[in-house]
Amino acid sequence: MTEVALSITSTRTLDVASVSFHADLSGALFWEEQRLLVVSDLHLEKGSSYATRGVLLPPYDTIATLGRLAAVISRHDPRIVIALGDSFHDRTAHGRLSADDRDAVSALQSGRDWIWISGNHDPALPRDLGGTVADEVAIGPITFRHEPTGAHGEIAGHLHPKARVSTRGRSMERRCFACDGMRAVMPAFGAYAGGLSIRDAAFAKIFPNNGFVAHLLGDRRVHAIAASRCY
Amino acid sequence: MPPRILTASAEPAALLPDRFQQWFAARGWAPRAHQLALLEKAREDRSALLIAPTGAGKTLAGFLPTLVELSSAPVIPAKSVVSTGRGLQRSGGLHTLYISPLKALAVDIARNLERPVAEMGLPIKIETRTGDTPVSRRQRQRRYPPDVLLTTPEQLALLLSSDDAPFLFSSLKRIVLDELHALVTSKRGDLLSLGLARLWRLAPQMRAIGLSATVAEPESLARFLVPQPKDKSEAADIVIAGGAAPPLVEMLDTRERLPWAGHSARHALPEIYDLIKANKTTLVFVNTRSQAEMLFQQLWSMNDDNLAIALHHGSLDVAQRRKVEDAMSAGKLRGVVCTSSLDLGVDWGDVDLVVNIGAPKGASRLMQRIGRANHRLDEASRAVLVPANRFEVLECRVAIDAIAENAQDTPPLRTGALDVLAQHVLGCACGEPFLSGELYDEVRTAAPYADLARQDFDDVVDFVATGGYALKTYERFARIKQDKQGRWRVANPKVRQSYRMNVGTIIADDMLKVRLVRSRSGATGSTGVIARGGRLLGEIEEAFIEGLAPADTFVFSGEVVRYEALVEDQVYVSRANDKDPKVPSYMGGKFPLSTYLAERVRRLLDDGRAWGALPEQVRDWLSQQKDVSHVPAVRELLVESFPRANKHYLVCYPFEGRLAHQTLGMLLTRRLERARARPLGFVANEYAIAVWALGDMSFMIRDGRIDLDALFDPDMLGDDLEAWLAESALMKRTFRNCAIISGLIARRHTGEEKSRRQVLFSTDLVYDVLRKHQADHVLLRAARADAATGLLDLRRLSNMLTRIQGRITHRELDHVSPLAVPVMLEIGRESVYGEAGDELLAEAADELVKEAMS
Repeated sequence: MTEVALSITSTRTLDVASVSFHADLSGALFWEEQRLLVVSDLHLEKGSSYATRGVLLPPYDTIATLGRLAAVISRHDPRIVIALGDSFHDRTAHGRLSADDRDAVSALQSGRDWIWISGNHDPALPRDLGGTVADEVAIGPITFRHEPTGAHGEIAGHLHPKARVSTRGRSMERRCFACDGMRAVMPAFGAYAGGLSIRDAAFAKIFPNNGFVAHLLGDRRVHAIAASRCY
Repeated sequence: MPPRILTASAEPAALLPDRFQQWFAARGWAPRAHQLALLEKAREDRSALLIAPTGAGKTLAGFLPTLVELSSAPVIPAKSVVSTGRGLQRSGGLHTLYISPLKALAVDIARNLERPVAEMGLPIKIETRTGDTPVSRRQRQRRYPPDVLLTTPEQLALLLSSDDAPFLFSSLKRIVLDELHALVTSKRGDLLSLGLARLWRLAPQMRAIGLSATVAEPESLARFLVPQPKDKSEAADIVIAGGAAPPLVEMLDTRERLPWAGHSARHALPEIYDLIKANKTTLVFVNTRSQAEMLFQQLWSMNDDNLAIALHHGSLDVAQRRKVEDAMSAGKLRGVVCTSSLDLGVDWGDVDLVVNIGAPKGASRLMQRIGRANHRLDEASRAVLVPANRFEVLECRVAIDAIAENAQDTPPLRTGALDVLAQHVLGCACGEPFLSGELYDEVRTAAPYADLARQDFDDVVDFVATGGYALKTYERFARIKQDKQGRWRVANPKVRQSYRMNVGTIIADDMLKVRLVRSRSGATGSTGVIARGGRLLGEIEEAFIEGLAPADTFVFSGEVVRYEALVEDQVYVSRANDKDPKVPSYMGGKFPLSTYLAERVRRLLDDGRAWGALPEQVRDWLSQQKDVSHVPAVRELLVESFPRANKHYLVCYPFEGRLAHQTLGMLLTRRLERARARPLGFVANEYAIAVWALGDMSFMIRDGRIDLDALFDPDMLGDDLEAWLAESALMKRTFRNCAIISGLIARRHTGEEKSRRQVLFSTDLVYDVLRKHQADHVLLRAARADAATGLLDLRRLSNMLTRIQGRITHRELDHVSPLAVPVMLEIGRESVYGEAGDELLAEAADELVKEAMS
């Protein structure tokens, strides 16, 4: 019952291979010099994907996700947007986009380069979505790809990191960036995308000795907390 | 108002066939007045509610009409009629359904019924049907039904959703609903009421008998038993069993010093032990599982006489519980420490004393517990109440008074929940196709749904079909579809299968297995290799574990353990050397203090003359409070503010129970935050809330920056509540339960059990999205309705805020007041744990007490 302030500090930057990124509260990364915005794991049409199997989740996840994407794009006005894979929840999800949502995507793409990195959920993206489809993109010391390999300078998604912090019987769990200065794994951006605890073995394979920092997406800021302090 | 009758007007001879009279006589019994009264009701073709204490021969009374009817009916061999599909009318067939909240009870009742049936040589076939019944027997029961079938609300729902429900139930004459007072307080009662509505259509000749403990509003409970006509109210006749001797209830007159706070009643341990020793068999009730475990351990640690003392609570393995129950029936036990797991259930012969540890919480609940002692009607049940702290002394005092006056505080009949209705609608679509208008009329014959609006019903049907979304994109994924005549039927067999696997409204707390392993020395929460395996200690609520950080210590199985790691559904802990657990594990018990007892406590406080009935220590405490601060009047809210150790405290005393207080605490801290009082946290117990802050709240109240009338204004239930609900974990849990019960999210898929942690996370996300994009969706409406009475107790909070408007009394104090000590002691720790914990607590208490009394 007792409320205790959590020992967390605020952060704005996240460094990978000496490149400074802005960690946006929405879960996006922004590379100021390149005016490049990265979002990962949008999982568009996850709701309708479940609906085909009889689980009628509210069909508002695509609207919600695109709405948040529009907000972060208008905040930073990027020249390039990279969608870091699993942008669509399944292979046919793009075909279920409503006309309005399709228009919304086009509007976001207009006036900038748009790169769809393919992920395991959406390995074969059609051309009529606009933008370029790629397996990975390298810019300077940074490589953007969907599935993390642990390589130096890699920014990946796929794992949907989340972290829990507890003190004296109270706890909170949030999506987070996982980053050790050499590489980073981005949180999922999609409204229905679940999370994987950063204590899962999958993270140990990417970050040697688990010496990384979880940048938790709080209500008003991003909080950097040592991964060993979270679970 | 329906007639209430105590005795039948006809002679026993006219009501009881010879065979029965001889049977009673042979056993040296005479039929009881209420047993005859029920026979007479049956003869008049009326449904009836029997209100009787335990030990009144309630079950036999409920079944006598059935036995009499079946004994005189011409015998038709059950196997001579075989189901050939729908619409086959039969003579014979299923005659009586019996519904019990516990499957163990159904099995036990079946056994008890066999005896008179065998002794009188009646040609009656009795069978049970529960989750444990083998598939082959279930199939046989549908084809060749017994005369009497004993089952649970969930099994009834399943039977009703099958194609041959009309065949199975068309012959039904009676339904007997046992422990009705307990069933109707939850969503299981809603589900049962909808099942009844279905049965009234399939078998219009069916009459109901409800068996209930004493309740506050028998008239409203009696409505449950008969179909409600449109825009009118009908009720079954009420039969009240008389003749029960009033119970002898006293409060333990302890020789020890009464604790200021805590729930362990450790001070009274030797006295509790002596009570067990002095009686033949004693039931010791506590409010939580952790209390039960602790008390059990402590009693054994002092058990020099080797008394057979056992433990019984809901988290124990079923086999273990059965063993205890069997030993109990065999008269082998001297004492059983138990939780509400024994509030209901099998009657045990020779319990001669009930001891209730801690807060009684409600007068009717306490009365039912006391009724577990001495099941002979004409002898008084005996009970001793053991308050664990000073506030509980007040609560015990008023509970004893309430029992002496036979006052009841059972909750009013529920308004039927929309998520349960959604489950029922899907169940209906699995059976015979239905027309919306017809099903709507049928549903409204169920008392909890009598006032259901057509719009709500249509929204529920729309939800079941395509999710009920304003954005119509799921037509092709519909789970139920309309045919050309407009009749709804299930879209494919998979939907039916999913319904059958997920029927029911009980969402158990998610439990994790706790295993004892060796500590990773020196590790402070970093990931390391944990020795897997380890001895299984038991199960613990997932919600509790989520609040722990690795290396936190807590009490489990009577010892202090250190939390190491959570791997899948296993919690690994090691032995801790700490004497004092860092994180308290007292979860407060399931039920808050009843509104009725709360008001009596306030009245007791207000009436100085009544303090004479309280122990001297408690009288002194209250007198000191009167001198130092103020004792609130019945409708008044006392607010105290004082500084302590560099912080500023605001304590108020609404007496509205822990759940309402938690909600109030959340909302108060939001408002104090806005007033720039810089609140840091709060604690709440059943009686009071303490908020602490960096800002000097006394000063802020004095100079008007905090206006108490505005702070406690009911308008906090507007925007502040909305803002909080958006992120409240309790609200998300409430929503998740509605999502599962309504069938939006399946607990079980065919062939796989989805990880519970995964389900929890995704419903939170669904809640966020749905709230933003369709705030009036039927599931959110269902969750809001639950929040009014459930985990957030909003209705009670709202009533309280209205009650105290213009009646707030503020006292600015230099230090903590005597009345504030108990809630202040709960800050950061709870006094559940034994030796060291209580010692430390006692120290802390002494500090506070000295300060308060100075």
